[in-house]
Amino acid sequence: MKPETIENIISVKNLKKSYHDGVEATTALAGVTFDVRKGEFVAIMGPSGSGKSTLLHLLGLLDSPTSGTYHFNGKNTTTFSGDQLADLRNRELGFVFQAFNLLARTSVLENVKLPLIYSENIPESEWNARATKAIEAVGLGHRINHDQSELSGGERQRVAIARALVTDPEIIFADEPTGNLDSKSGKNVMSILQGLNEKEGKTIILITHETATAEHAERIIRLLDGEIETDTKVRNRLGADAEYVK
Amino acid sequence: MTYRHLFKTSLTGLSTNRSRSFLTILGIVIGITAIMLVVSLGAGAQGLILGEVQGLGTNTIAIIPGQISTSPSNVSALYSDSLKPADVTALLNKANVPNLVSLMPVVLGASTASYNSNTYQVTIFGATDLIANIFNLVPSEGQFFDQTDVAGAASVAVIGADTATYLFDNQDPLNQSINIKGRNFRVVAVLPKSGGGSIFDFDSMVIMPYTTAQTYVTGQKYYNRIITQATNDAAVPETAQDIRLTLEESHNITDPTKDDFTVQTQQSLADTLGTITSALTWFLVSVASIALFVGGVGIMNIMLVSVTERTREIGLRKALGAKDRDILSQFLLEAVLLTIIGGIVGILLGSSLAFLVAFILSHALGLNWQFVFPWTGAALGLTVSAVIGLVFGGYPANQASKKSPIEALRYE
Repeated sequence: MKPETIENIISVKNLKKSYHDGVEATTALAGVTFDVRKGEFVAIMGPSGSGKSTLLHLLGLLDSPTSGTYHFNGKNTTTFSGDQLADLRNRELGFVFQAFNLLARTSVLENVKLPLIYSENIPESEWNARATKAIEAVGLGHRINHDQSELSGGERQRVAIARALVTDPEIIFADEPTGNLDSKSGKNVMSILQGLNEKEGKTIILITHETATAEHAERIIRLLDGEIETDTKVRNRLGADAEYVK
Repeated sequence: MTYRHLFKTSLTGLSTNRSRSFLTILGIVIGITAIMLVVSLGAGAQGLILGEVQGLGTNTIAIIPGQISTSPSNVSALYSDSLKPADVTALLNKANVPNLVSLMPVVLGASTASYNSNTYQVTIFGATDLIANIFNLVPSEGQFFDQTDVAGAASVAVIGADTATYLFDNQDPLNQSINIKGRNFRVVAVLPKSGGGSIFDFDSMVIMPYTTAQTYVTGQKYYNRIITQATNDAAVPETAQDIRLTLEESHNITDPTKDDFTVQTQQSLADTLGTITSALTWFLVSVASIALFVGGVGIMNIMLVSVTERTREIGLRKALGAKDRDILSQFLLEAVLLTIIGGIVGILLGSSLAFLVAFILSHALGLNWQFVFPWTGAALGLTVSAVIGLVFGGYPANQASKKSPIEALRYE
């Protein structure tokens, strides 16, 4: 298959995912096709069971599709080995999860450095500088040696964003990043993400079921029953420092 | 992932669950402690036994009639008549055996000894005055017979402690006469009770000049043993060889496999006893190893629980770029570190306990028991515990590495 034009960081064609529980197959994703440009901020919305988490797992190279193709930066990832996928996730992808997923009893600095120990291209001499820079970028420079348990929920999610940034990836996947946060912290996290998109040109794929959160994005893909229901531009996009209404 | 970070990651994983890590290694600690204790006490016991044997003098060489391979006593050998006075003459010739310093023919027999109405079944040990020196015998009263008594076949006897008790009850045996085969023998010395620590039990013996024993008790012209001493320990192998050649010539034997005598050195006896105690020690080690095996199964159990519990962490690491082998190495190293730490604690604990036992045995019981640090046991213990970590940590680590990142992240 001809490589997709390089401006598209993500290009999926007829992507399907179904699960077998031994008796019958459940279709989580019934075949979706779309592209994401480099530097785009896309929100994926949909009710529970619409397949948005499945889509994020496939796009994040955490799972492989049942059928269809997925080109990441022009490369067909469906032919990649497990180690190649791990390497790609490490270099090019950053993840922010709803539940933060920080390592227990570990300092902010060590948490942010975690992706670097699996990196094959970033020399160890740069690790501390990179981690410090990422932590300062999310405004937690004063908390760098604190244990993550001493931090508030909002601060923890910012540590998770710093961790996603530390390898300088092209794209950040955020799975309900504000879901466990109060509105003030949620707004803070969203403005950081939007800032990364606008100032640093990071591509961001955001999963959310909150319309207000989704309006930080430029484009909203709505899923229903495993298919794309609508794919629209956001007309009145919220600013990075917009008043956040939950 | 560099080794340094692999170590750091595994150590962090272990220290995050300190109390569980401690309980996990308990099985290994107990197993290694048991092995160290057994090996150390085995070495101590071996030292004690060999010390007894070598107390006879490591330069002693015994010549036994007949062919015996390993067993120190042999019924047929006792009645073999191959050791003759001519052999003694040949052996005493400096041209034949230059490093021989002393030689003692031994005549053994059994008889009944009586004093007044008391009778006692005794072993007759016919020897020369060298017996006291060779076997380290010090009479509790009286003095051993001398060369003149041997030459003149004097009717004198040195009796063991049990013989004295049975024949004389509470009387003083010294200078009394005991009757053996119708002849009276004057008791010139009494031996203290030995307790049977030696290869010969002198307690129930009657020791007399071998000439006397031949003439009045056994009536035989041959010897049951010839005990010789070399100038020093280093000369023992050469002297033993000289003795062998001399006797073969004296007996007209050309094929050494047809020898009608056996030359036994204290060293070969010590080797035999050493082999027996070693075999016993290793048998006990293998029993103690069962504890180690159980400890290993415990490690596997806990590691499996740990892998399940840390499913989310595994998923996160994979999402951030960890490869299967990174996760495998992390969990495998955790298991191996656990078992090695357990091994080290076990070695320290086991040798401390062995030291304590050695201290009690030597001070409270007065045994000549030396504490031996079991280097082989320690090396073995460390190796075995590392191998247990690899073997029993392998399955859980493999399970961990096979987890899919989304299954892992979804896990609550």
